[in-house]
Amino acid sequence: MDTILSIQSLGKTYASGHQALKSVSLDIRRGEIFALLGPNGAGKTTLIGITCGLVNPTAGRVLADGHDVVRDYRKARATIGLVPQELTTDAFETVWATVNLSRGLFGCGRDEAHLERVLKSLSLWEKRDAKIMTLSGGMKRRVLIAKALSHNPRILFLDEPSAGVDVELRRDMWEVVRRLRDDGVTIILTTHYIEEAEEMADRIGIINHGELVLVEDKASLIHKLGKRQLTLHLGAPLEAVPASLADLGLMLGAGGLSLVYGYDNAGGRERIAGLLRAVNEAGLDFRDLETSQSSLEEIFVSLVRTPR
Amino acid sequence: MNWHAVKAIYRFEMARTFRTLGQSIAAPVMTTSLYFVVFGSAIGSRIESVGGVPYGAFIVPGLIMLSVLTESISNGSFGIYMPKWAGTIYELLSAPVSTPEILMGYVGAAATKSVMIGLIILATSTFFVPLQVLHPGWMLCFLLLTSFTFSLFGFMLGIWADSWEKLNIVPMLVVTPLTFLGGSFYSIDMLPPVWRTVTLFNPVVYLISGFRWSFHGTGDVSLATSLAFILGFLALCLALTSLMIRRGWRLRH
Repeated sequence: MDTILSIQSLGKTYASGHQALKSVSLDIRRGEIFALLGPNGAGKTTLIGITCGLVNPTAGRVLADGHDVVRDYRKARATIGLVPQELTTDAFETVWATVNLSRGLFGCGRDEAHLERVLKSLSLWEKRDAKIMTLSGGMKRRVLIAKALSHNPRILFLDEPSAGVDVELRRDMWEVVRRLRDDGVTIILTTHYIEEAEEMADRIGIINHGELVLVEDKASLIHKLGKRQLTLHLGAPLEAVPASLADLGLMLGAGGLSLVYGYDNAGGRERIAGLLRAVNEAGLDFRDLETSQSSLEEIFVSLVRTPR
Repeated sequence: MNWHAVKAIYRFEMARTFRTLGQSIAAPVMTTSLYFVVFGSAIGSRIESVGGVPYGAFIVPGLIMLSVLTESISNGSFGIYMPKWAGTIYELLSAPVSTPEILMGYVGAAATKSVMIGLIILATSTFFVPLQVLHPGWMLCFLLLTSFTFSLFGFMLGIWADSWEKLNIVPMLVVTPLTFLGGSFYSIDMLPPVWRTVTLFNPVVYLISGFRWSFHGTGDVSLATSLAFILGFLALCLALTSLMIRRGWRLRH
């Protein structure tokens, strides 16, 4: 595995005594889209803050492309781009001036062709001479992405990229992120929108109370932890589950018009054929059947609600 | 050395100056012109001379220093407070820039503006009073040193301040009174002995005295004392500002 970002036993305790991160270790693979999920105050922004130089760690270390973000901050930071959660922009500046400033800050000389490409890819080229204060919220978000991309970072942090963005723009942004990944940029995003993580991420990390609860490939996470459900819709309502079916783990659905069988990806699937035979033999008239799988959101909620 | 960052910060800050040219330059020039009209012409015409220098010409170095000090502090503090207030400071903190580079960019731009204002006021003063500069090299040296030192001082204020009120309170309640009482409009020899001794504790006296010496060849304290003071204060501001940035005091969590 080619690791581009290595977070090692990272800890942060603020002056108030609040322990925001408790010895978090995490390796991010080169070229992947990694989604970091967690409720408010879980430690996501602190983790990003330490990696990008906004927050001083109290324990552990972070290596960005092999460079320590504290000791070798110049090389480490040059590889990183950050799109913050808040729409923090130089309101009175033009788009062109602000992206030029960003490029210079990261040690790169003027390159109008590169900035033109970046602005065009984000549909900002026509707005290059507009003052940022005249742009919509969605456009300002794009400006922040353009600033973060102005120096060709190999690692891009997107902290809640879709916060306050309409559905259409969110989908546009996902497209931009996918293109960046195709160009070899490693993307780490934090999000409250589970749909966003489900749509884009290769791997998911869940953080809660400053601890990393799990890190998994998205597909295997859903496979491992996803609950499945078989619902049999009946032609006539039942008052109770028939005695002959009592041992099969069936539950009566709303109004007695369905029978529900719950199982997970780890086991229970093999009993479905026998269950259907038993329902037939019991003489029940079932009209339809459907299966469903729990979403990432449901998995996330169940994990962060688990008492620790 | 990340020269691209230094240039980018400097250009960005200077662009703001030129965008708000009226506010940045016209306002201090207008204010100083009013001082010349009131103190130089109206009141000054009733005072013959101070130490052999016509009163109108005598107050020129003090008035330039008054503007340069307040503008340097204002420019230096605004340069760093604005991104803190707007939240755009995240970019500076996450960029591969060192403390000297940050200072060269922000403080360099703030000092440049102050020097420009000082020279414009100097040019303006020639419309009101006949003026000669005996030691132009020393005059420029004091102008540059004062601009850099007080822009650094302003930069510290900008890091310290967490509200617009705090940003204005030190210049308003400390710096302006010290400047007025530092011999802008008079020689401290004109004060009673007790007040003369008290005034010597005012650091601005040394700046104005040295600067006035470069114009007229006379000052309240010796050139060496003035120079030693300004260099000492510059070193102190430089050390404190560097420490603040390195530690991330009021910048990083």
